[in-house]
Amino acid sequence: MVRLIGMAIGAIFVFVLAWAALVPREAAAPDPVKLLHKEPREVSFAHSGPFGTFDRAQLQRGFAVYKQVCSACHGLYHIHFRNLEDIGFSEAEVKAIAAEYEVPAIDPNTGEAITRPAIPSDKWPRPFPNETAARAANNNAYPPDLSLIIKARKNGEAYVYSLLTGYGEEPPAGFEVPDGLNYNPYFHSVNIAMAQPLMVDQIEYADGTKATVDQMAKDVTAFLRWAAEPELERRRQAGIATLIFLAILTVLAWLSYRRVWAGVQH
Amino acid sequence: MSFPWAEQYEPKSPLMKWIDSRLPLPRLVFNAVGAGYPVPRNINIWYNFGVLAGVALMIQIITGIVLAMHYSAHVSTAFNSIEHIMRDVNSGWLIRYLHMNGASFFFIVVYIHIFRGLYYGSYKAPREVVWMLGVVILLLMMATAFMGYVLPWGQMSFWGAQVITSLFSAIPLVGEPIRQWLVGGFAPDNATITRFFSLHYILPFVILGVVILKIWALHIPGSTNPTGVDVKGPQDTLPFHPYFTAKDFVSLCIYLLAFATVTFFLPNALGHPDNYIPANPLSTPAHIVPEWYLLPFYAILRAFTVDLLFIEAKLWGVIAMFSSILLLLFLPWLDTSKVRSNAYRPLYRTFFWILVVDVLVLGYVGAMPAEEPYVRIGQIATMYYFAHFLIILPIVSAIEKPLPLPNSIAEAVLAKAQKLAPQATPAPGSAVAQPAE
Ligand code: HEC
Ligand code: HEM
Repeated sequence: MVRLIGMAIGAIFVFVLAWAALVPREAAAPDPVKLLHKEPREVSFAHSGPFGTFDRAQLQRGFAVYKQVCSACHGLYHIHFRNLEDIGFSEAEVKAIAAEYEVPAIDPNTGEAITRPAIPSDKWPRPFPNETAARAANNNAYPPDLSLIIKARKNGEAYVYSLLTGYGEEPPAGFEVPDGLNYNPYFHSVNIAMAQPLMVDQIEYADGTKATVDQMAKDVTAFLRWAAEPELERRRQAGIATLIFLAILTVLAWLSYRRVWAGVQH
Repeated sequence: MSFPWAEQYEPKSPLMKWIDSRLPLPRLVFNAVGAGYPVPRNINIWYNFGVLAGVALMIQIITGIVLAMHYSAHVSTAFNSIEHIMRDVNSGWLIRYLHMNGASFFFIVVYIHIFRGLYYGSYKAPREVVWMLGVVILLLMMATAFMGYVLPWGQMSFWGAQVITSLFSAIPLVGEPIRQWLVGGFAPDNATITRFFSLHYILPFVILGVVILKIWALHIPGSTNPTGVDVKGPQDTLPFHPYFTAKDFVSLCIYLLAFATVTFFLPNALGHPDNYIPANPLSTPAHIVPEWYLLPFYAILRAFTVDLLFIEAKLWGVIAMFSSILLLLFLPWLDTSKVRSNAYRPLYRTFFWILVVDVLVLGYVGAMPAEEPYVRIGQIATMYYFAHFLIILPIVSAIEKPLPLPNSIAEAVLAKAQKLAPQATPAPGSAVAQPAE
């Protein structure tokens, strides 16, 4: 009985699926955006690969790019000033950086809303008070938080690097770039609301590195990787220690298994 | 409950005697996973995955309890509390990555465990109840993992919840009210997150309970073995401890090596980047996909694209998706072959391997956008999935002529040993367990 019912149900499913598979399809129109869209370009860093570590000088350069360029529009929602000690700034330097910013506070005597200079335990201040303000200032587009952007995009680093260096190409003839948008073949819709953010020599690096677009894009990408995964180096170190421990344990387990089973056929 | 030749528990010290006559817990352990539980001597590496699944469940429970200490189940704080765990909680990133990847590894292990059962006919008498409890565990795991994935409240959390709960609205008349009752509103919102957290916390303990029932049911007939022949006497078995504890420990080490490699070096490789974007009900991701371990079922859901026989395509998909798992409950009666192991069923073995490939294809199609050629491939693969269990299996088991079975496990073991080392004819009786030093 179970088998008969089963076969009947099976036959119904197979029939419905066969019908669905045989129904003719409308030829899908080729998507013009898909043809223009490009896969991100490869990029490699000191921290690439399973054993890589961050290049602190590069992270500091990347931080300079973020601070002087991107922070006008993008926040780093999950970063506190104190986190900057991680990328090689001293406690005093972090205090000084924080003090450059004003954050909202409450007057302890009157209870009125005031502002005070930021301290290391404060979060990095957001450029806009809310999403509406951010959109109003950016042609109705929303500049996303950058502290997770590397993890929040496929091919994280390669994508952000390609996006930042992907401006300036001419769209093919007949392709209209809507007003207020910019052509960038690495962006999913190839039209991005962010205007080219990096220009040659836009900032001056403290260590004298030449500020080409490529250099700045690389540096800020490395910095954003750190912002997304501040635990990266600790994670890899812990990983190596764990794997060594487990490898030794596996050998011991294998030896004891051999000994227990010696002379036993199975 | 066990074989008559099982070693009996003898409390050695007065203290253990005292305990044994009051709370015989050490006796229970001895009989369940100690020297008092005889196991077929020839079980192979594929039989280790049950123990691994148990370890994976414990890892989920322990890491989950720690996460719950820092997690905040509210739409406005859930996403940030995860980042707080990742950045500010001591070793929080480790706990969270263990839990995230632990879920994936749990499913890998369980899927291998299920296919082991299919290959060696583990679902057949007298183990039907063991098998059916296993299917219940699979369903509970899927529900638990789905609800866990909603907790970080990223884009995929939100839209996954939206897509999966909206499946219920395909049910005629009562569907939409049921959906709203489940999510606690018109769309996933705070009420959804809090109830999912509550259920996500409790279901693993329900799973644990079903696992205990399952092991209890298993220990009545004991495990199958690669020959599928019943255990006939003491020469066929070895005590669980030390033989299988030693063997399971090796596989556990290898499992942990693989798990640690992914957790420490590729922690996000199995996840979706969109879940690092906070949930936004106003912006739909380009492709909504579930976690990889649900992809084959997602492909079955989407394979039904036409309304037919007065049933909407969407409802067909929902019925088929649930059927694809529930049909496993009937496997013991769909397969009428007296032979358990596929090692002796050449015809069904071929179909078994086609099924393995078919499920992998379904997983691949589930990850792809709903475009040609994927839709058609998915439809053909789904067709095979149902045909395999509901049509091919009953027919093959009726017409197939199995290969001759060995008379006993011990005989099969001896024959294998002779094939491996033909000169060294083993002395009679050497297949019998030697007590470990
Ligand atoms: C003038 C404001 C402005 C500045 C300065 C700016 N951006 Fe943007 N950015 C935007 C806006 C607006 C968007 C949203 C674009 C869209 O959705 O079309 C955006 C989007 C992005 C994205 C996300 C693209 C995606 O895949 O969604 C990244 C990454 C990004 N910016 C990086 C940067 C970096 C790095 C810098 C500094 C070098 C920077 N931006 C400087 C306004 C800005
Ligand atoms: C059957 C075992 C379990 C499975 C399969 C499972 C699965 C999952 C999954 C897939 C996630 C989403 C991971 C992410 O994207 O971050 C998650 C999150 C979570 N789980 Fe579990 N889980 C299990 C057991 C538990 C238990 C026992 C607890 C608590 C007692 C727990 C607490 C949590 C919490 C607090 C989160 C949110 C934090 C986070 O997303 O990292 N889980 N779970």
